[in-house]
Amino acid sequence: MKPNVRNLMARPEMAALLIFAALFVAFSFINDRFFATGNMTVYLQPIPELAIVAMGITILIIAGEFDLSVGSVFGLSPMVTVLLMQAGWPVAVAILAGLVLAALIGLANGLITLRLKIPSFIATLGMLFMARSLAVVLAGGFPPVFPRELDVSWLVGRLDLGLVAPRVSLLYMIAIALALGFVLRRMDFGHWIYATGGHPQAARDMGIKTERVKIACFMLCATLAGFAGIIQSFRVKVIVPNLGTGLEMQAIAAAVIGGVALTGGVGSILGAVVGTLLIAMIENILILSGVNANWFMFAVGAMIVVAVVLNTQTRLKAEGMKG
Amino acid sequence: MSTAANTAGEPIIKCVGLQKWYGAVHALKNVDFHAGRGEVIGLVGDNGAGKSTLIKILSGVHTQDQGDIFIEGRSVSITGPEVAMGLGIETIYQYTAMVPEMSIAQNFFIGREPLKFGRPGLGIVDRAKMAREAMEGLRGVGLHLRGPDTPVKALSGGQRQGVAIARAMHFRSKVLILDEPTNHLSVKETNKVLDHVVELKGLGVTSIFISHNLHHIHPISDRIVAMARGEKIADLPAGEISVDEMTRMIS
Repeated sequence: MKPNVRNLMARPEMAALLIFAALFVAFSFINDRFFATGNMTVYLQPIPELAIVAMGITILIIAGEFDLSVGSVFGLSPMVTVLLMQAGWPVAVAILAGLVLAALIGLANGLITLRLKIPSFIATLGMLFMARSLAVVLAGGFPPVFPRELDVSWLVGRLDLGLVAPRVSLLYMIAIALALGFVLRRMDFGHWIYATGGHPQAARDMGIKTERVKIACFMLCATLAGFAGIIQSFRVKVIVPNLGTGLEMQAIAAAVIGGVALTGGVGSILGAVVGTLLIAMIENILILSGVNANWFMFAVGAMIVVAVVLNTQTRLKAEGMKG
Repeated sequence: MSTAANTAGEPIIKCVGLQKWYGAVHALKNVDFHAGRGEVIGLVGDNGAGKSTLIKILSGVHTQDQGDIFIEGRSVSITGPEVAMGLGIETIYQYTAMVPEMSIAQNFFIGREPLKFGRPGLGIVDRAKMAREAMEGLRGVGLHLRGPDTPVKALSGGQRQGVAIARAMHFRSKVLILDEPTNHLSVKETNKVLDHVVELKGLGVTSIFISHNLHHIHPISDRIVAMARGEKIADLPAGEISVDEMTRMIS
């Protein structure tokens, strides 16, 4: 086999792409309502929100750390934004404040993990509870009312593309994906992220400030989670303190299905997006087929295992081919 | 050869009165050390002798508690690996300091990527330059590998050490520290690494070679520095001591 075929097969998101293509074709045949204009619009609707969280998680896992608190930050950031808007703050400043808070939570996650030398799994598990509690406390017993008259079209308005009408947030997702993909693959900082997660000792010995790299990734991950939460609350025009509960597991699932290795140093932005598309597709087809919705978790779980097994096998095969 | 190095004027690297404590452990006790241009120093000693501490201070992984370091007569403060590398001190580690999942070219320039645009940490890497210069560097040490995009995990231990040595050379190292570079290598690969050190000597590069295997060290060294319990216990031309005597001295 040619070297470029081998390199392609060794790419982390390969298994997810193959499963996605296969299921997409299969579902289109099984259910004629699947690949239909209305359904594709419904299908694409929640994707930016999960994909943006999954991209942040992916980068953090590539750097060798973990964040369980993204679901809580997803709820806390829009809570703060909406409360500030109610208090009369301009929308842009209120959103910025929500994002800064998210970034500070990421900073706290990073400092607790790295300075106090505890696993990020534990530090961010703690943050999961603390940030969620803050959202509940700030809501003050009953959720604040989302300002109905607020113009949200710049963030979640409909894009009429003829066949499908996704939300504007899909463009934000694509822009973020392109920017992060560029950072990871074309910028020196991206190389440092892969090196930091792939072999921390080597990265340090070659002069990379691995702590700074990781803290930047913690902050990026949390900020993206906050932004995704703001998108969702603006889309549904509701803010409740339990927004995003359990989202961390879906985001991690999307990242893992997309080929990120929990050991660090391996993964891609495209993988996070395809992982998200796959999870949302499973949910969509179950709903369309009228299957009991409780099978959703089962299907996602099965897909995690299948994707990782397939990924491991293709990568092993690719490595076995000496050119 | 050793006398030539000693009379070649200012040593390229000189340490005076280095002291290092790890908590209550006095790991380095008032150690003086020097090396001339193009000199190959064999640094020997049992585990815990202090040789590892000494080279970690020189490569910027640790900082001394007391004492001074001079590079070409200039007092320097080596506060991190990037500072050591900036001063022309490159280290080859037993584990090769390579990220297995990353390509040869990426590993070659890890932390020091050539940029097309921007500044370090916010720069766009020049991938064509990386590929070209990595391959040139590898050919320079006689390594002919598949291509710059090959992941390092596909290379043998000896090939990885070759890449590490080529990397050190590319960045114009004046002092090369080789920390147990021949562990886990086959006899053939070991000989290749030893050949590299001899070639580099010809180019005026100073090498500090650490190994448990005195048979590897002795034939290529100009001078043997032996350490025990944190102190320097011997410093003499390699011709004045045999492998057997070295073994008795450090055990």
